Amino acid sequence: MSVLVWLEQRDGAVVPSSWETLGKAAEIAQRLGTPVAAVVMGAETAAAAQAAGGYGAPTVYTLTSPLLADYRLSAYAAALHQAARAAHATILLAPATTNGRELLAAVACDLDAGLAPDAVDVRVEDGQVIAVRSVYSNNLLTDVVFHAPVQCISVRPRAFPLPTPTSAQAAVQPLDFALAADAIPEQITANTRLGDGKVNLTDAAIIVAGGRGVAADPAKGFALVAELAAVLDAAVGASRAAVDAGYIPYKHQVGQTGKTVKPDLYIAAGISGAIQHLAGMGGSKVIVAINKDANAPIFSRAHYGVVGDLFTLLPALTAAFKQRLGK
Amino acid sequence: MKIAVLIKQTPETADLPTVTPDEVTRGAFQAKLAINPWDEFAVEEAIQLGERLDADTLALSLGLSLGLSLGLSLGDDAANDAANDALKHALAMGIAAAKRIDRAGLTGGDLWTTAAALAAAVRAEGDIDLVLVGKQSVDENSGAVHVGVARKLGWPLLSNVVQIVDIADGHITVTRAADGVQETVAAPLPAVVSVGKEINEPRYPGFMGLRKASKAQIPVLDPAALGVRAEARASWSNLRKPAARATTVRLISGATPQEQAANLVDALLNDKVI
Repeated sequence: MSVLVWLEQRDGAVVPSSWETLGKAAEIAQRLGTPVAAVVMGAETAAAAQAAGGYGAPTVYTLTSPLLADYRLSAYAAALHQAARAAHATILLAPATTNGRELLAAVACDLDAGLAPDAVDVRVEDGQVIAVRSVYSNNLLTDVVFHAPVQCISVRPRAFPLPTPTSAQAAVQPLDFALAADAIPEQITANTRLGDGKVNLTDAAIIVAGGRGVAADPAKGFALVAELAAVLDAAVGASRAAVDAGYIPYKHQVGQTGKTVKPDLYIAAGISGAIQHLAGMGGSKVIVAINKDANAPIFSRAHYGVVGDLFTLLPALTAAFKQRLGK
Repeated sequence: MKIAVLIKQTPETADLPTVTPDEVTRGAFQAKLAINPWDEFAVEEAIQLGERLDADTLALSLGLSLGLSLGLSLGDDAANDAANDALKHALAMGIAAAKRIDRAGLTGGDLWTTAAALAAAVRAEGDIDLVLVGKQSVDENSGAVHVGVARKLGWPLLSNVVQIVDIADGHITVTRAADGVQETVAAPLPAVVSVGKEINEPRYPGFMGLRKASKAQIPVLDPAALGVRAEARASWSNLRKPAARATTVRLISGATPQEQAANLVDALLNDKVI
């Protein structure tokens, strides 16, 4: 019996939600009185394995192979399966990123395990792990109770705090990746890194989002949103109305049919606050609403509100933050 | 070439906030039901590919969510009706044929039961080259059923596909989006492809399509004959509305936008939000 956490690498670094997941996993393992381990795979794994010790993994399994350079489900699932066997894992966790959700689902299916995808909380009750999921597009919560011997949980980014790393070292257990190149059907022929180092919405501590309020000049409106985001190292979000109107690509959409986010600070500019949008960002720690309409529903969920025109307020805010933050 | 598209019926997106735990438990909703919006993109893509490649198209459905192992024994009729509605919508849009998987014996199953039933139905066709599916449903939000279908079939899965670039020489090439990366990936057929919103603009069913769909007789597949029975490796319990967050808004005043902005920044810094 053990708890095993998959650490996702992206652009040569471990994705922060992997550490959040590991922090929670270590706590769960302690409650259950079982060991916890991490697994990392890729063309390079040494730096990630080194860091994992500090985030609470006494043991790290590594699978290092050029065949694992990029995420491909067949290859990664085989590797995770190998690590699960080596660790005698009964509980598997992964960050619920796009790849993490899919990978854990695949391995759970292969192991005939119970699966709680995109869990927002995990707890131990009477020696059993129980996951909490947000379902019906964040309109209902449910506990997920397991009946199978192997239990898989992918954990929504920012559901748990990022642990403070210590100087602890992990024991590294290298595993030989067992799959041959011709057993991996997916061939990646091109890939483009998006965003050029811009902050990912689901990992972001701060999000600045725009909505229909930019309609008078959408390009300028979202440029102003992006300028404020840049000063705050924030990600850029948008309401469905703004995406549907073609002001900004879908990948920025926050809400019921877009991304679910939970930043420390969410600045909503020109977003009325439709219930479908609130479903995606209502869990934000602090919400700031900027809207011309003092009766906009967003104000009923916001902690700070400014009634005014985003076209004048956003540049003023950008300037004020620049000055106060010394940027 | 034959393409299968897997679909389900869900409460309409706009009505999701009205859904109550009790309704989910009973499998009966006040909300209007409609085809899962993500599946509509899969249906549209199947139709377009069918036209482009002169391929056969088939829609498969189990209807509503499987009762989520909440111990439902009722609601099978409602689920079967829902499956028919989803399938008729797909037919009206332009899918050539539809089959419904009967719910008898599947109630209480989990998402792997759903995946097993869909995979078995695909396998039973014998000549499916490509399975298209929406990347997740707006009710269960698991995004896992299509992963299970691919694993149970033993076929490669290309997920979050935003464009099908090419299908030729027994291979499919797609563009898929993951976190922070967009990549072109090829895989041999048969394969499972899950699609995102960027892939197309689903059409509205036309009058002729609606007429054809209304007259369609939808064959029913028996899960037992497919070798599938309900199993729950995990189940839902204590379904509830999230606690409402009581917030009081602090309105930031100021004579000019500059003053408002400065006051807001002061407040956020003083309250250690930033």
